[in-house]
Amino acid sequence: MLQFLLRRALLAVLVCLTVLVVAFVLTRLSGDLAISIAGPQATAEDIATIRQNYGLDRPLVVQFFDWAAHAAQGDLGRSYLYHAPVAGLIADRLPITLTLGLSGLAIALLVAIPLGILAAMYEATFVDRAIGIVALIGQAMPSFWIGLVLIIVLGLKLQWLPISGVDTWEGYIMPAVVLAFSAIPALMRLTRAGMIDALASDYIRTARAKGLRPGRIVLKHALRNAAMPVVSVAAVQLGFMLGGSIVIEAVFALHGVGYLAWESISKNDFPVVQAVVLFLAVVYIGLTLLADMMNAVLDPRLRTA
Amino acid sequence: MKPVLEVANLRVSFASGTRAVRGISLAVQRGETHCLVGESGCGKSVSSLAIMNLLARGATRSADILRFHDTDLLKLTERQMAQLRGDKLAMIFQEPMTSLNPAYTIGSQMAEALTRHRRISRAKALDRAAELLERVGITAPGMRLAQYPHQLSGGLRQRVMIAMALMCDPELLIADEPTTALDVTVQAQILRLLQTLQRELGLALLLITHDLGIVARMAQRVSVMYAGEVVESASAEALFARPTHPYTRGLLECIPIPGASRRDAPLGSIPGVVPRIGPDFKGCGFRDRCAHAAPICAEMAPLQHAAPNHDYLCRLPPDWPEAAAA
Ligand SMILES: Nc1ncnc2c1ncn2[C@@H]1O[C@H](COP(=O)(O)OP(=O)(O)OP(=O)(O)O)[C@@H](O)[C@H]1O
Ligand code: SF4
Ligand SMILES: [Mg+2]
Repeated sequence: MLQFLLRRALLAVLVCLTVLVVAFVLTRLSGDLAISIAGPQATAEDIATIRQNYGLDRPLVVQFFDWAAHAAQGDLGRSYLYHAPVAGLIADRLPITLTLGLSGLAIALLVAIPLGILAAMYEATFVDRAIGIVALIGQAMPSFWIGLVLIIVLGLKLQWLPISGVDTWEGYIMPAVVLAFSAIPALMRLTRAGMIDALASDYIRTARAKGLRPGRIVLKHALRNAAMPVVSVAAVQLGFMLGGSIVIEAVFALHGVGYLAWESISKNDFPVVQAVVLFLAVVYIGLTLLADMMNAVLDPRLRTA
Repeated sequence: MKPVLEVANLRVSFASGTRAVRGISLAVQRGETHCLVGESGCGKSVSSLAIMNLLARGATRSADILRFHDTDLLKLTERQMAQLRGDKLAMIFQEPMTSLNPAYTIGSQMAEALTRHRRISRAKALDRAAELLERVGITAPGMRLAQYPHQLSGGLRQRVMIAMALMCDPELLIADEPTTALDVTVQAQILRLLQTLQRELGLALLLITHDLGIVARMAQRVSVMYAGEVVESASAEALFARPTHPYTRGLLECIPIPGASRRDAPLGSIPGVVPRIGPDFKGCGFRDRCAHAAPICAEMAPLQHAAPNHDYLCRLPPDWPEAAAA
């Protein structure tokens, strides 16, 4: 187990480095940073000064290691746009993104797992097919469109929920539901497939031979064995939700990390872009590690192997 | 005496059209061992699963009689059947490697067999589990209870399955090749344990086995299955002394000294294979491999009595070849 974790950690560092190099190079490819910092009215001299002040005249490799060394010490640099430390900018926006992502995942799991179980228990019946069709429709609808429909119906027509901002917790409901929508079909299919396998297994027959009640057979004996792929994919989905909720945050005017990323990319605020990429890489790696550990809790074979 | 289990004309077919069990009848008395023998694929496991109502999806069963004591198992709801299963009616499966849940400890899986049916604490149930593990010859049962299935060898898992089936002191035990993964001494210990339970508690045992040595040692009655039918049914004594169906005779020729234990004696070293029995099959299932097949055998094989309580399914008279085989 320890060796397994060490191997994973080493891999994680490598992935982080790769992602960073790519992000670093891409921001540099998108144009002369000094020009975009200086703005449209700047003279050639201004630009030259900026280039020198920000160290942009140095070779790329030097710039990269300079930045990486600072990042390793927790200093992610300053935003050109906000004139504030990047770490603070991300930290300010993290609560919104975290709340949104976690509630989105919670809703997705609460819908997908029961539906997946039902579809598996009633495999190849009307119930199974109906659930499958609902999932298919859900998958076919782009999330910004669902978001707009919800805003129009629940926000503007019925006025049940606020249409933007998160001044109250109700503001999270619609964006979280929209986020959940995109995760539900995959989670549901995985639950269904895992449960179908589990329910057809010999150990479920043993559980039935013991006379156990259906609830215990399904929830204790089958679900535990079907849960592992679901956990792995849920972790990846949460990663998407934390980093990839740019569209949702834009539609619902939520100023989370996704919105910050979108803003900084469009304005070429490269310290922020780099920092957000680093943050997301760390989040992804952390989540997969967490999923591996949860799976080790679920499956004793992973613990002692 | 009324049998503990009575089965008449039990049939099982699969969605594919395979008729795996074609009207078998048998009865198991209190304290008795009834052995079900026959080569691979003849329908032994499917028959026992049908009795327990544990058939896979897509299988249909029907029967004229399927009775446990006075209870008509055909009329029970799944809920009522679940109350009997694991309590008065227990089963040991043929697949010890996959029949335990990989995610839970041996102790947890054994204890729940008891706590489901009795008002008893988990701690007491674990004590009972440890005691039974010891009786099936597992040393350090306390340690084993805390282990997971993947930490146990096939032989240990098979013994855990046996012990688990005995948790509630069943009245009927269906054991599907329960000792295949065990060495001879452990096997002997298990068989002794089962015989003790039969003496002390009147356990009725439906024992499926390939091993004619075990049959000779354990059985009071034997049913020989072939291609989904019981082709001969008799007391163990009569079967070994006067096997009548050509298939049974073929089987017994595989062991040189009847009753002597020759483990792994392959049943059916008779040339040929079992036919696939589809919906339109008729006649004797054994005719492709039978040295005495006649045109009539493609039409039907009558049920005949060789003696009281000794039945067989064949056109030949009981005293062939002397009389009529020619
Ligand atoms: N789930 C299933 N679906 C379709 N056919 C099946 C299924 N289970 C068993 N069968 C078929 O039913 C027949 C009887 O199988 P069964 O498992 O009862 O044999 P068996 O006598 O127990 O053999 P063995 O000695 O190998 O255990 C076989 O032809 C098998 O292919
Ligand atoms: S009925 Fe015919 S084919 Fe079948 S066992 Fe008897 S003699 Fe052989
Ligand atoms: Mg079998």
